[in-house]
Amino acid sequence: MIAIVDYGSGNVAAISDIFKRLKLPHTVTRDHGELRVAERYILPGVGAFDATMRTLRGSGLVDLLNDEVHGKGKRILGICVGMQILGDASDEGDLPGLGWIPGHICRIEAAAIPERLKLPHMGWNAVRLETPSSLFEGVDLNRGFYFLHSYHFNAVDPASVIATVQYGREIACAVARGTVSGLQFHPEKSHGNGLAVFRNFATL
Amino acid sequence: MLRSRIIPCLLLHQGGLVKTRQFKEPRYVGDPLNAVKIFNEKEVDELMLVDLDATNEGYEPRMPLLRNLATESRMPLCYGGGVSSAEQASRIVATGFEKVSVSAAALDRPILIKEMSEAIGAQSVVVTIDVKANRLFAGYTIYTHNGHRKHKQPLIDFCQQAVSLGAGEIVINSIDRDGTMVGYDLALASQVRGAIDTPMTMLGGAGSIEHMQALIDAVGTVGAAAGSFFVFKGPYRAVLINYARPTRLTR
Repeated sequence: MIAIVDYGSGNVAAISDIFKRLKLPHTVTRDHGELRVAERYILPGVGAFDATMRTLRGSGLVDLLNDEVHGKGKRILGICVGMQILGDASDEGDLPGLGWIPGHICRIEAAAIPERLKLPHMGWNAVRLETPSSLFEGVDLNRGFYFLHSYHFNAVDPASVIATVQYGREIACAVARGTVSGLQFHPEKSHGNGLAVFRNFATL
Repeated sequence: MLRSRIIPCLLLHQGGLVKTRQFKEPRYVGDPLNAVKIFNEKEVDELMLVDLDATNEGYEPRMPLLRNLATESRMPLCYGGGVSSAEQASRIVATGFEKVSVSAAALDRPILIKEMSEAIGAQSVVVTIDVKANRLFAGYTIYTHNGHRKHKQPLIDFCQQAVSLGAGEIVINSIDRDGTMVGYDLALASQVRGAIDTPMTMLGGAGSIEHMQALIDAVGTVGAAAGSFFVFKGPYRAVLINYARPTRLTR
């Protein structure tokens, strides 16, 4: 069973709909009992970094997730801002992140962006795999994914970057460390490639 | 490389979908939920939904309908119509819309853009500006309330103000070209493109793939939105939901 963590941020309905289409057992919940018995987690997130962290801390679920992910080695997948809060801190806010994947969330440098590419990074872009990853099996890398963000994950350890996207320069769009992974793009809004990523995560 | 976004724009009116011509003669073209299902199958880049009645009739965004549309959609969604507070914008994002558009309320009270940006993030704040070309003098005039209310603030001035307050995207909707399918107003597109540092989307006038290609060639990576082009087929404007992209999506 996959639990989509319903802590009050992010597009839980669209993610849940994808698992329904894939006919994979899942639940949308913030119930401690249900979360404890789940085998893996999806951590959504939209909006500003601090607001998302505050909502997550306020939900009282951080200790539980920490215990299940780091104590018991269950897998978790952060999406969009749900990925950014896996890092230590962000240019966008003052609150500390979860610190599960060492790294700082930086604003994309506008100066590094060629003429006519603007912020936010909005739309469909190709991705490049930096290291073989079963999460991306069956994905059309050139077609890529839907992006909507102005900040990117600057990982301390280059080995935790599993995929990059070209926007001015190469920036991380998928990170992983142990059982913790995160995606900057929106797989729930990326048609066939998104379905593939969720299917892969469910069967990892 | 980041590709241009090809965006169907659907207009909600009295519970159904309509298409207008120069903001007049709304013609029924189908059911919104059904259209979302068809566009899912066509794997479109993004979808924009605008409620034509909300601002004029003074009602709030119809949350149950938005929730149904968002749950069904596997594409990024933008909603516009009757949004006048950051709290409404947060609720719309929570139902599964990636972006929320404001127009009339932001012209009356520009600080709304900043409030929304703080609540849902700049990347999700869209400012849509309806414009008409001036008859006597060069330039464009901003309108709201489906083309009924004229604003004095110059177009470029408001675009720049919106971006500085935290808009993540500017949508320029040409009232003159709406439903005409004669091509985008490329001079208008170039003027706005040169003035702002955020993504921009043009709406109004697209009638063919060539029109979209011409827009991309003129301003580079851009949002190319269209209504009629994606809902009508042939010279008699038979209703048929369809989708196609130009071959070159970057310049």
